[in-house]
Amino acid sequence: MITQTAAGIANVPVSSRIDWSPYMAGIGIGVLSWIVFVVVATPIGITTAGSQVAGGVASLFVGQEAVQANPYWATNPFRLDYGTLFLVGTFFGALASALASGRFRLESVPAVWKERFGPSPARRYAAAFIGGIIAMYGARMAGGCTSGNGISQGLQLAVVGWTFLAAMFATGLATAALVFRR
Amino acid sequence: MISNATPLGLLLAVVFGVAFGWLLHRGRVTDYNVIVNQFRWKDFTVLKVMLTAIVVGGLGVLLFVHLGLAKWHVRDANMLGVLVGGGLFGVGMVLYGYCPGTALAAVGTGSLHALVGVFGMIAGAILYAYSFDWVRSTILPVWKLGKVTLSDVTGIPLLVIYLLLTALALVLFGFLEKRSAAG
Repeated sequence: MITQTAAGIANVPVSSRIDWSPYMAGIGIGVLSWIVFVVVATPIGITTAGSQVAGGVASLFVGQEAVQANPYWATNPFRLDYGTLFLVGTFFGALASALASGRFRLESVPAVWKERFGPSPARRYAAAFIGGIIAMYGARMAGGCTSGNGISQGLQLAVVGWTFLAAMFATGLATAALVFRR
Repeated sequence: MISNATPLGLLLAVVFGVAFGWLLHRGRVTDYNVIVNQFRWKDFTVLKVMLTAIVVGGLGVLLFVHLGLAKWHVRDANMLGVLVGGGLFGVGMVLYGYCPGTALAAVGTGSLHALVGVFGMIAGAILYAYSFDWVRSTILPVWKLGKVTLSDVTGIPLLVIYLLLTALALVLFGFLEKRSAAG
């Protein structure tokens, strides 16, 4: 972990500062939302494109015809379109930010997990895998994730967005209380 | 407006995605510890980032729609689907330690466990596709409200709700900053 002191921060370029306040990042995402609403009329979202990618992965195992015959993927086929390219961008944007700030590092077991469940990477990977399954399944049933539902629908004051946020925080807080109880 | 299917639109997808990933990292929400500690009431970074994005984004979009420069993109509220799906999502997010967008970004910062979870998310999406007929016939039709906003269901004008939300956010942020300053 790199620690930056107040004196040190003054000497580094803005691109490598890691001291953005959460409000600054939030304003950035809000302004990005204005831009995507006005310029491409496509709100920020992740999991619709994520399920397109999953269709592409599934076609490697069961073949193109089987995927095209699926009622879900039929309306949401895998291709390099706006949604999937946005995912590619999200990955590279974070990579660029991590490299520019010198914060890129391989992490198998984060500190909070380690403190509660120990240093075993296998245990962390198992939880991440299972959590990923549940989160994605839920996001698809709800029609979007924290980005597409929480932020993009939430900022429009859509009922779907705020209901999603309420449900997600309710079970998230309960799960954390249960999993991290002492 | 630029069609998102044109070559320029596709280029912009990458540009906007890069901006999003950059902002997530700078906001520190690509960090497992920050996300999980939000759900343990120990770190309010996630709430600050999301609520600020919603308030700033919402006020701007309201203005741009009013000026005729943008349209609303409100989606259907299939309430049972959102409640069950959102509920599952919260459980999955805490076990994983990421949501789908922050997970992709976290892989970019070197998180190997985020990468493992990406394979879980692909598996989850495949499961959903194979159970879609069932979900579509049993869950999604229950309690359908259509493309409604909080204004539609309460009768309170949109602008008033935005202003109330902004005031609420400012009070909440003030409280959180005061609390953290007090240690």
